[in-house]
This record gives sequence, structure tokens and C-alpha cells, in this order.
Amino acid sequence: MPDYSIIIQNISKSYGQVKALTDVSFQVEHSEIFGLIGPDGAGKTTLFRILTSLLIPDSGVATVEGFDVVKSYKQIRQITGYMPGRFSLYYDLTVEENLNFFATIFGTTIEENYHLIRDIYVQIEPFKKRRAGNLSGGMKQKLALSCALIHKPKVLVLDEPTTGVDAVSRKEFWEMLAKLKEQDITIIVSTPYMDEASLCDHVALIQKGKIMTIDTPAKIIEAYPDPLYKVSGPNMFNLLNQLRNFPKAKSAHRFGDSIHVAMKGDFGQAEIEDFTKEKGHEEIQVKPVNATIEDSFMALMNTNNDK
Amino acid sequence: MKQFLGFIKKEFYHIFRDPRTLLVLFGIPVAQLLIFGYVVTTEVKNISVAILDRSKDDVTREITQKIIESDYFTLTQNLQSDTQIEEVFKTGNIKEVIVFEPNFAQKLGRDGTAQIQLIADASDANTANLIVNYTSAIISDYVQKQNKLQLMPMQIKPEVRMVFNESLQSVYMFVPGTMALILMLVSAMMTSISIAREKELGTMEVLLVSPLKPAQIIIGKVIPYVALAFINAVTIIVLGNLIFGMPVNGSLTLLLAESLLFISLALSLGILISTIAKTQQVAMFISLFALMLPTIMLSGFIFPIENMPVVLQMISHIMPPKYFIIIIKNIMIKGTGFGFVWKETLVLIAMMMVFILLSVKKFKIRLQ
Repeated sequence: MPDYSIIIQNISKSYGQVKALTDVSFQVEHSEIFGLIGPDGAGKTTLFRILTSLLIPDSGVATVEGFDVVKSYKQIRQITGYMPGRFSLYYDLTVEENLNFFATIFGTTIEENYHLIRDIYVQIEPFKKRRAGNLSGGMKQKLALSCALIHKPKVLVLDEPTTGVDAVSRKEFWEMLAKLKEQDITIIVSTPYMDEASLCDHVALIQKGKIMTIDTPAKIIEAYPDPLYKVSGPNMFNLLNQLRNFPKAKSAHRFGDSIHVAMKGDFGQAEIEDFTKEKGHEEIQVKPVNATIEDSFMALMNTNNDK
Repeated sequence: MKQFLGFIKKEFYHIFRDPRTLLVLFGIPVAQLLIFGYVVTTEVKNISVAILDRSKDDVTREITQKIIESDYFTLTQNLQSDTQIEEVFKTGNIKEVIVFEPNFAQKLGRDGTAQIQLIADASDANTANLIVNYTSAIISDYVQKQNKLQLMPMQIKPEVRMVFNESLQSVYMFVPGTMALILMLVSAMMTSISIAREKELGTMEVLLVSPLKPAQIIIGKVIPYVALAFINAVTIIVLGNLIFGMPVNGSLTLLLAESLLFISLALSLGILISTIAKTQQVAMFISLFALMLPTIMLSGFIFPIENMPVVLQMISHIMPPKYFIIIIKNIMIKGTGFGFVWKETLVLIAMMMVFILLSVKKFKIRLQ
């Protein structure tokens, strides 16, 4: 049995009548990237606030590096680096002053842990005299990550770090996370972007405060139950609506510039081609396709809703 | 300790980089002192009067002369008839009309009595009262001087002395009051806003997750403002002295120590406000309405507490500025020592303890 970095057992949390988390349990291994994937309002931020000792769960137990999040909050605050969803650095302080401040309050210096943040910080270092409020989204995010890392935390909690960040910066950001993993830092990260799931070692798909599945991204895709086809053509809008009402299809959803159609039972490519021809579509391309995390998420969501 | 110093340094960055904060901290105290100094005044100067002299003899001319010479009044108009009186009041500039009855000197010589009518514009009641008192004083002064020449059967003459403020200068009233108001506002409002700002921007979340202790966060927030509010207190004392001639008759050290106590009290109140307020705006409104108005109205700054309805008098007892104003008036004007203000000092210390206890209890180490 591996020694876990984060253990969450049967955590529930409500805000008044609203149930934010229902009976959530999972473990995160040492120095892995664990992704919490789910749409807005799924309960990701609440769970992270419990892990960082900012909130107390209604029931259940959670430990970070062996410390209980309720009783040992002081120790937890020493060993975790937290990057909240909103940009929460000081706008009126310069890049360098922000970093210095966070280094100081964690009782360290920039020099001491410079090696940890070097790869990230060199990109914003040319702007170190600039006020944080004047940085672009991508640079703000890099600065926030540097600040969360400067005290060499054992666990890094990142709440939607790539939301509102351009595609290039998102890619760079994940490359940085991969490097940090090598430094023996456990990273738990939340994101609404399904395509980022494949970059995690393990992912938990969460919806409406409930964990739907936890596994490696590959296994989640493997577990996708139905034959899946990629359909594309000129009149996508009508096509999607019609495919959604196609009795032989289980589900259809937009996926980039095409439509992913999951078929029932033994139905396949031929049935889709017949159906589209019948509806008067031309130049329709139908190809079998491998499922992605997003497809799995949709499928799980549908089965959960059906229950 | 290094963590703590780093935190204080950050607070100073916030203060010195925000022009609005700087304005509130340094511009407003000076402006307020000057405004109160020149506006809140109970003295009468250069009041426009009109005279309706129906007699035009030596005596009336002499009295008129006395009144004009007095510095308090300026003769703006000589009226010819009764009908003009209402007219001049309506134009607004004239605050008082002095009417001498016909054959003034003659009557005075023959009967020993003659009448002067003082008509004042009482749309501003306080000023009207003052003007009439000043005028009466000048006239009785004249009468007394005349009486010395003759023998009168009996005379009672009260000799009034206004102790501690011989010339009834209003600075004695407004400098202590303004000081209480400014220290209260700057300290309580600025701390509560600066803590609320951290909550609003989400940085409080990061601070809470850091190893900083709540006490360090609070004290770190407060210390810069203690220093700045103290500079304010000194500025007010110096400006009050240089520009308005406000004395410091008692011990300056005691005065500064009491100011420091009051500043700390106001800051602890600010922290308490910030534990309730979630946004900067709420913090500001609470500070303004809960602190500024009561400080002006109920602390005895402008309106005497003794004249208030009993309910408001009771409320005034829980107003910290009331005690501070009593203390600094004692020290600055009467020149008394600690022996005379220890009770008020104790009250302030007790209030501060209560506020600190409440804020520590209410300050959350978590988000909820």
C-alpha cells in the first residue's frame, strides 16, 4: 500500500441548504499531479479550502502529509502552497516585492529557494519592477505560482490556475508543473478544462459535489463504454440537433469542429451515414474515434443524471 | 520577527502608493483643522449693522461711535424711517438694527432714562444672541462711564471673569474636538478599510494559509497607522498652536501619551469593524456613520452634553471621544496633571480592552 500525501475520507460540506460536497473520498500519492476536473460550481474550490484549512468540513476527515486539516491547521499552513482561484497578490506591489513578501512571511528568502522557481521566474524577471496589477493574465499566473512555491511547500494546491489564461501560457504552465513534480512536490490542481486532464497522473471527475470516478486518465478513457464516432459536415447546427434525436444514438455533443456521437449497442458507422443522408445532409464524414476525458465526463454525467 | 517586519513593510508600501490613502491620512487632518478653525467660531467680528437715529444728538452720535469703534461691528447703513428696517433685513447683509428714540439726549437728561431698540436678525439664533449681548455690553459700558461723572443712588455691577478662556476664544473648543475627530477617523477608518481590502481582493485567503499568526496580521496592520496617526496628533497640536494660538499649558508628554492611548483605542475599534465588514465600502460606511457623526454630535465637541435629552446623555457616556476631549482640554487649557484625568484615562483603557477582546474573539483564522 503506497504512502499517501493527501487522504480525504467521506468529506461533506454544505452552505446552508446547498450541498457543496457530498461524501467525497480519495487519496493523492506523493509527488504526483492529481487533477480535480469538473465544471464551475462542482465543489472544487470548497474542497481545496478544506485541504488548506480555510474551511472546516461538516463531516469526514482529511489529512495532508499526515496532518489533520482541522486540528493541525498550523502545521498544514507551513507545508502547503496555495494559489486561490482569483488572482490574489498585491496589485500595488511590484513583482519582486510580492515575491519577497511571500518569501518573508514564510520565513525564507528568494535566494534560498530560487532554484525552485527559476524556470518560472526568469520569464517574469524582466518585469520585476512592474506593479503586479499591470501584468498580463499569463504573467500574473506565473507570479502567483512563484509566490505559492517560494517556501518550498510539500503540497501545492492550485485552484483553477489556468482559467482565463491564453493557450500558450496554459501549455507552459503544465510543463512547469511536470518539472515541479520532479522536485518531490505533490500537486493537486483543479480545472474546468477537460483537455488538461491527460496531463495529470490521476484525475477525479467531480460534479455537483460528488466524485464520479477516480483513475488515471488512460484508464478512464479505456472504460468508456460505447462505440464512438466523429461526425463532421457543413451544416453542423442542424446536424447536432438531429443527431441528438437519433433513436440509435445514445448521445451526441459538440467537440471542437465536429460532433462526437455515441451509438447504442451494435449500431455503427453505417447507421449514422444512412441517418444523415435521410435528413438531407451531404459531404458528411463519419469516422470511428477514441474517447477523450470529455466524452467520459459526458457519459458519466448522463448516467448519474439518469439515476 | 522577520516575518512580522516584512508584513509591516508591505503595509507601508500600500499606504505610500495609494494617493487616496495619503490624502486621507495627511491632507484631510490639516484641511479639517483649518476648516474647523475658521468656520466653527463663536466670536463676532465685523457684523454689519444699520442705525436708525431719530434723535441725531450728541449722545446718540457718541454711542454710535463707540459701537463702530468696537471692531465687532461695521456700520453699513444709516436708516431714515421704520419702513426701511424690514427691508434691510431682507437683503440679508444686515444682522442688527439699532434704533434710538427721538429726543434721546433730552429725555436722558430730563428723566434719566432713554430707550434704544436692538432688532436682530434671529434667523441664525446663536449669532443674534451674541450680537445683542455684545451691543448691550457696549452700551452699558458707555452708560457706566457717564454715570461716574454723576452720582447715582445705587448700583450693582457684576464683574464677570471667564476662567481658562478669558477672551472666549473658540480654538479652545475646536482644537481638542478636531483632534479627537481626526484621530478617530484616521485610525479606525483606515485600519478597517485596509483589512477589508485584503478580504475583498482575496489576499486574506493567502495570508491565512501562511504561517503568520492572526495576532501578527492584526498588529502588523495596526502599527503603521499608530505611527501615522501619532504624526497627525503632533501636526494638529503644532498647527493649533502656531495658527490659532491654542496653548499646551500642561505636560506635553502626558498629552502625547493620552493621544497614543486614544489612537490605540480607535485602532482596536477599527479592527472590530473590519471583523464585521466584508468589503471596503461597508467598512467605510460603518466607520463614517458609527464614528464620525457621534464624535461630532455626542462627544461634547460642539454641543454641550449637559443640554442633551437624558437618552442622548447616556449614549454620550459610551463615546470614547468624549473622555478624550475632557482629558486633552484639561491638559491643554487648564494645565492639570494626570491626577485630574486618571478616571477618564481608565475609562479609555477599559474601552480599549473590550474592543481588543471582542476583535480577537471575532477574528477568524478561517474563512467561515
